[in-house]
Amino acid sequence: MTPLSFFNRLARLTITSGKQFAHDPLTLVGTLIVALFIFLAIFGPAIAPYDFAERAGPPRQAPTWAYPFGTDNLGRDVFSRVIWGTREIMGLSGLGTGISVAIGLCVGLVIGYFGGLLDEIISRAFDSLLGIPALVLALVLLGTLGPSNFSIIAVIVIIYVPIITRVIRSATLNVRDSGYIEAAKLRGESILYILFREILPSVLPALAVEAALRFSYAIFLTASLGFLGLGVQPPSPDWGRMIGESRNFMRLLPWMMAFPAAAIALLVIGINLFADGLRKILRYEGQDV
Amino acid sequence: MSDIQPVIAAHNLSVDYRLNKVWLNAVRDITLHINPLQIHGLVGESGSGKSTLALALMNYLAANGRISSGEVLLEGDDLTQKSVNEMRQIWGSKISLVPQDALSSLNPSYTIGNQIAEVFQHHAKTRINTRQLVIDMLRRVGIADPEVVAQRYPHQLSGGMQQRVTIAMALITQPRLLVLDEPTTALDVTTQAVILDLFRDLIRDHNAAGLYVSHDLGVVAQLCDDVTVMYAGEIMESASVETLFKRPTHPYTAGLLASLPKPTQDTETRLPTMPGVQPSLADRPAGCVFAPRCPIALQLCADQKPALEIMRDGHTIRCHRWREIDAGEISPLHDIDEKITSERPPDIDYIMTAEGMHKYFDENTLWDRITRRKDRYVHAVDDADLRIRARSTLGLVGESGSGKTTLARIIVGLETADSGKMHLLEKSLANHLSARSRDLLRELQMVFQNPNDTLNPYHTVGQALARTIRRLSDKPISKQQVQERVIDLLKSVRLSADYADRYPEELSGGEKQRVAIARAFAANPALVVADEPTSALDVSVQAVILNLLKDLRAQEGASYLLISHDLAAVAYLADWIAVMYLGQIVEVGDTEDVYDAPSHPYTEALVSAIPEPDPTLKRKQIRLDGDIPSARNIPPGCRFHTRCPRYLGDICKTKAPPWRDAGDGHLIRCHIEIDELIRLQSAEEAGTV
Repeated sequence: MTPLSFFNRLARLTITSGKQFAHDPLTLVGTLIVALFIFLAIFGPAIAPYDFAERAGPPRQAPTWAYPFGTDNLGRDVFSRVIWGTREIMGLSGLGTGISVAIGLCVGLVIGYFGGLLDEIISRAFDSLLGIPALVLALVLLGTLGPSNFSIIAVIVIIYVPIITRVIRSATLNVRDSGYIEAAKLRGESILYILFREILPSVLPALAVEAALRFSYAIFLTASLGFLGLGVQPPSPDWGRMIGESRNFMRLLPWMMAFPAAAIALLVIGINLFADGLRKILRYEGQDV
Repeated sequence: MSDIQPVIAAHNLSVDYRLNKVWLNAVRDITLHINPLQIHGLVGESGSGKSTLALALMNYLAANGRISSGEVLLEGDDLTQKSVNEMRQIWGSKISLVPQDALSSLNPSYTIGNQIAEVFQHHAKTRINTRQLVIDMLRRVGIADPEVVAQRYPHQLSGGMQQRVTIAMALITQPRLLVLDEPTTALDVTTQAVILDLFRDLIRDHNAAGLYVSHDLGVVAQLCDDVTVMYAGEIMESASVETLFKRPTHPYTAGLLASLPKPTQDTETRLPTMPGVQPSLADRPAGCVFAPRCPIALQLCADQKPALEIMRDGHTIRCHRWREIDAGEISPLHDIDEKITSERPPDIDYIMTAEGMHKYFDENTLWDRITRRKDRYVHAVDDADLRIRARSTLGLVGESGSGKTTLARIIVGLETADSGKMHLLEKSLANHLSARSRDLLRELQMVFQNPNDTLNPYHTVGQALARTIRRLSDKPISKQQVQERVIDLLKSVRLSADYADRYPEELSGGEKQRVAIARAFAANPALVVADEPTSALDVSVQAVILNLLKDLRAQEGASYLLISHDLAAVAYLADWIAVMYLGQIVEVGDTEDVYDAPSHPYTEALVSAIPEPDPTLKRKQIRLDGDIPSARNIPPGCRFHTRCPRYLGDICKTKAPPWRDAGDGHLIRCHIEIDELIRLQSAEEAGTV
């Protein structure tokens, strides 16, 4: 582990990034893909030639220069809908992952540091939650909460908090009994100081890598829910729902399914490559997922 | 030179390692030989190349290592020319290794008996029933009930027993050369003494030769016949053990030996230290590798590399000025007339008292709780009293498992005692850390054992010190004042001000420990608890830290509670010693009184087990049978009766011994009367010289 703080390391990383990327083209590719999608999520509506619900041209049009991804059965431009959909899927998954990271970090630090009965109870409860397949859990929750953006975020949070908690807990256990933690106790530091100033820097690499990976899985999950019709509700464009709706036209209009599916795959692969690069650069020796 | 064929001989051996696509020279130009029945000691600090050399002699280098020149002859047979397949017939049969960490080198899923048998069967190319052979071997390494032990798994044995098993495994094939890589470093002194005796006997019985790699000069002096001192990958000096320890000629050897605290050490004198650090592989000096740290280096030494010369039969040296040193014209040491300045006599009043301390660790399972059968406790500290005088050092010694670290952690508040009363500066000291006022926190600080986790890797040295100063300051303090204090503290531990901006990774182990000491002294504490502060450091660095602790005590007027298994270091630093056994103090007294008769039989055994760096010193040998009993199941009566060499009879088994007063605050907890102890112990002393 280098002596530099996480932020110093990130700063140094940006300076030397050219060099790093030259050695590791995969990380460069991943970063570019993620950057592209973030750009689309922010500026998508300005770039997309048509509105997502607008009847842009003749229905069932194969890809042409005018409609690069073709049009769907209602004549909506698939290219525009994929671009509009970026914001939905990245927003929901990102927000869900962000909340999971915040909760998982705090819970993981606390139970890792204190241990004991509290740790025992929370860890076992989370283990049993992890025992339920994610999609089944999501269906049950959505069935109860009803499909809405709020529900999707809630599902992501409930599924990912246990996983992130576990990663942070084990990273905390590694440093909990170090001399510097004991020295902090001996000068009467508060629990908050010990958790966030002494322990947090050493769990940040684990957290950063884990957050990136969770983000990619959250995109999968959101798309899966959309595919099942439980995700983002119409008329909002959603990649998963677009694939679901195109099922009936799979033979006839393959472009209707291929392009949203390709978008999901590209984004997930991009984030994974980025996370791998992050792992190497932060020298985090976590478990492979 | 004798005409006996040496078991192993190396001629002009050099070893390179490939690091970042560059070959770096790790060990160079080594010439040594070991005759049958001889134990050759290989000593040096970490990074000196001693382990690399040991591996090269076995032709067992890691994949990125290679023997770049020279030859290694095993009974005349050049190992460097052999393929890995040929070597497989030699490793384990002609050359055996006893590793440092016994537990990790034993397979946890095989029984002891099967593991040892496997080694034999592999080399004997036979599947014959080796049961009897294994049991005989286990008995020979001093295992009392070999039939039972052979059925056990490694984790069921104590550290000393595990080490015996690895020795049995190494010897079962009757090897010619036994390579011992720090095999006793992880063991207690009492166990170490027994294992060392065992090596000596076994090597004689098997007509083998031993190569003993160690950083511990005391062990080498007691065990080995010849010694080679390594520094930065080169042999500095090689001689018989008597010559080397009595008349060290090379400045490095002399400096190393001088920096060891000896029992006879004048405690008012600073330990001589060597300035500087060992050069790294990449930038070794062009001339003599030791020249930058040598007190008598000339221009010649910096320019030209000295050759390995033969001083006289069996004594080789690599130094340009050995003739002058040998003739007594110059001293190879730095000036050592430094007295510790304002050493004040220890005050008589106590600054810290602890009475009736108890700490049981609960090992009851949920089932035990439900069935209300709560009787599984580790009695880590069981009715211990401790008193520390102002401006003095109390050394707390004992084997691992004696509860000394737990007691120290109770005092600083990192563990909470179950019962007992503590006072610091006549104020009551709460058992719970959170219940202690900031004033009390300031007065009580700690130096930790492991220099590598004592500083947060993400905070600079300056940040770490500044935070402690601000937290513990009794009045509001300006940024300016904090910065000044940081620099003062760094100076007081002999580090320059620019260390404040460094991260711990940029510091050596000794430097980290100095920063940790500076942190402990940030707010002028009354009592500093030091838990094995030097045990993870090299010999020459240990002396620096011991000196520093001594200086700071004189300057700052603090007291120390020093926990250590290194009895020589304790003797140098401590005014008072408390000996702990199975959660209780068994003897307390002035340092000199504790080391001399009368003393508790346990202390007597501990002191006699210290390996002295003086091969001519043959002290009475008291060896304790068996291991320290488990603190889960404490023997009744006198806790030491199961191992006591002066066991009296039933009274020891049934009745807890009384405290006996030997005068001047020297107390011994034993059934034997003081006069009787004096008589027994001095009689033996006289008989064994």
